[in-house]
Amino acid sequence: MSATEVLSASKRRRPVHWSSPLTYALALAIAAVSIVPVLYVVLGGFRDTAQLNADPAGLPDPWVPSTYGRVLSQGRFWAQALNSAVIALGTTLCVIALGVCAAFVLARYTFRGREVLYTFFTLGLLFPAGAAILPLYLMLRDMDLINSYYAVILPQVAFQLPVTIVILRPFLLAIPTELEDAAYIDGSSRLGFFWRILLPLSGPALVTVGVLAFVTSWNAFLLPLLVLNDANLHTLPLGVQNFSTQYTSDTAGILAFTSLAMLPALLFFTLAERRIVGGLQGAVKG
Amino acid sequence: MTQTSQSLGSANRAGARLAGHRSANGSSSRAARTRRKWYEIIGLTTPAIVVYTMFVLVPMGFAVYYSLYRWRGVGPPTEFVGWRNYLVAFEDPIFRDALWNNLIIVVGSLLVQGPIAIGVALLLNRRFRGRAFFRLLMFVPYVLAEVTVGIMWRLILTRDGSADALLKSLGLGNLVQGWLSDLPVIIWTLLFILTWKYVGFAIILFLAGLSNVPHELTEAAAIDGASWWQIQRHITLPLLGPTIRIWMFLSVIGSLQVFDVIWVVAAPSTRSLGAANTMATYMVDNGFFARLWGYGNAVAVILFVISFVAALVFQRFVLRRDIQGALTGRVG
Repeated sequence: MSATEVLSASKRRRPVHWSSPLTYALALAIAAVSIVPVLYVVLGGFRDTAQLNADPAGLPDPWVPSTYGRVLSQGRFWAQALNSAVIALGTTLCVIALGVCAAFVLARYTFRGREVLYTFFTLGLLFPAGAAILPLYLMLRDMDLINSYYAVILPQVAFQLPVTIVILRPFLLAIPTELEDAAYIDGSSRLGFFWRILLPLSGPALVTVGVLAFVTSWNAFLLPLLVLNDANLHTLPLGVQNFSTQYTSDTAGILAFTSLAMLPALLFFTLAERRIVGGLQGAVKG
Repeated sequence: MTQTSQSLGSANRAGARLAGHRSANGSSSRAARTRRKWYEIIGLTTPAIVVYTMFVLVPMGFAVYYSLYRWRGVGPPTEFVGWRNYLVAFEDPIFRDALWNNLIIVVGSLLVQGPIAIGVALLLNRRFRGRAFFRLLMFVPYVLAEVTVGIMWRLILTRDGSADALLKSLGLGNLVQGWLSDLPVIIWTLLFILTWKYVGFAIILFLAGLSNVPHELTEAAAIDGASWWQIQRHITLPLLGPTIRIWMFLSVIGSLQVFDVIWVVAAPSTRSLGAANTMATYMVDNGFFARLWGYGNAVAVILFVISFVAALVFQRFVLRRDIQGALTGRVG
């Protein structure tokens, strides 16, 4: 994704037509396969366990909203949602700050070793986060960071940096040199150009990498599982998993808890879908 | 440096660049500018370099070191065992089973998701009313947390759960399996769940790639009398090549380190019987929970080397044309 593309995307609207029935049938089938299991969980939360046992695949009859009420009135759900939010937000802000500075240098400075530095960062795309988890845990333990937000935020920032830089660099490269020269003529320094012109112009790209970082962090499981032993610090994915193994017989409760845990990601995603797709596109073309 | 001289310097530089003009005292101010440039480069990149090095690169180095010891994680490692941990891993039938499962997931994901996603993307690659809405729905599984997806399918596929009830009501009761309890069946159940979760991602990626194929090309071919299939086969698909290759790369790397869904869906009892492990779950079970830190780190190194080699081979032979200069040096 480049700057010019983002600018022209809105102009590209052409009239939209109805398509052939086959296209719709196929689209509908795929969409149904994607969404029906999710609907089952959401609706299942409105049934009580007796209904679920009698007919596992039925619809709520009657609707029982009390299960959702029970989960929502637990302080635990809210505490976990808050932990997830703090960690995801912290990760996102740090990734954007560190990533855009590095990408700026890699895009707008000419110096010996620039491509080496870029390769150094892209190498991170090949490092599976999962493989490093054990030594990472040991290192965080030695740094006395276990059971703190930092233990999740710092590694997440580090592992998110490569893809952030890979998406941001071409975007910053595409901003015309004329703008930079004009800024210098008007007496701006390079940092002034970065701060006053480049950053405001890169809004769309920053939102894209931000959304990717946020969703990745919000859904993370393995790292929090190892480094957050204190139940007060648990994030939503840990909470959902613990709830589902602790109250195995409370199927309705698990369904309600699970769908409530899905809700923020779904809402956030619906609002930012275009950005996520844009980011993936950017990463592909990177 | 004061604000004025600073901006004068920049103005000079811009002037010099625009007009090819050199000021009389160019050499000393150029040296100052170079020094300043390097301060900026170092100041702006150091935080990223430090965090990235410390939490991505250094841990893998430590993993290699720890993997050579028998170590319970208390105090510094002292009992050096050389390559023993690696030999033990490759002789453990449960680890070999984990490797085999990873292979099934890698190949299965490519063979199942690829054709489905390409087919669907080609058919949906036209603007029609409601496309954005369908695209949104198809993307839902990808955005949900792996853990939520795992719990969801665990509930649906549980014995006499809604999946079994649905099959029975359709008169397909004889297809009902112990989806999560029958040891040979579990890995295929897991592959199904992973496909459900990630095929939407592939479709979206391909649709994005297809939107970059110029209309002029396909329209020109249509005018020349090419059939829909010929257009897809000879124009659209080749142009989609880079997107497909990058998707394959992401899919392979993801499949090799898959953890969350397996961990949540496959009960610990089935994993300890060696039915549904992957390298990552095996590593966490042994390294973290059984506190065999040296051994767990050896498994981590094996997982890392396999992923890294797969990635490099892919880079070298498949992606070379797509990510120019990223890892294999500039091409063209």
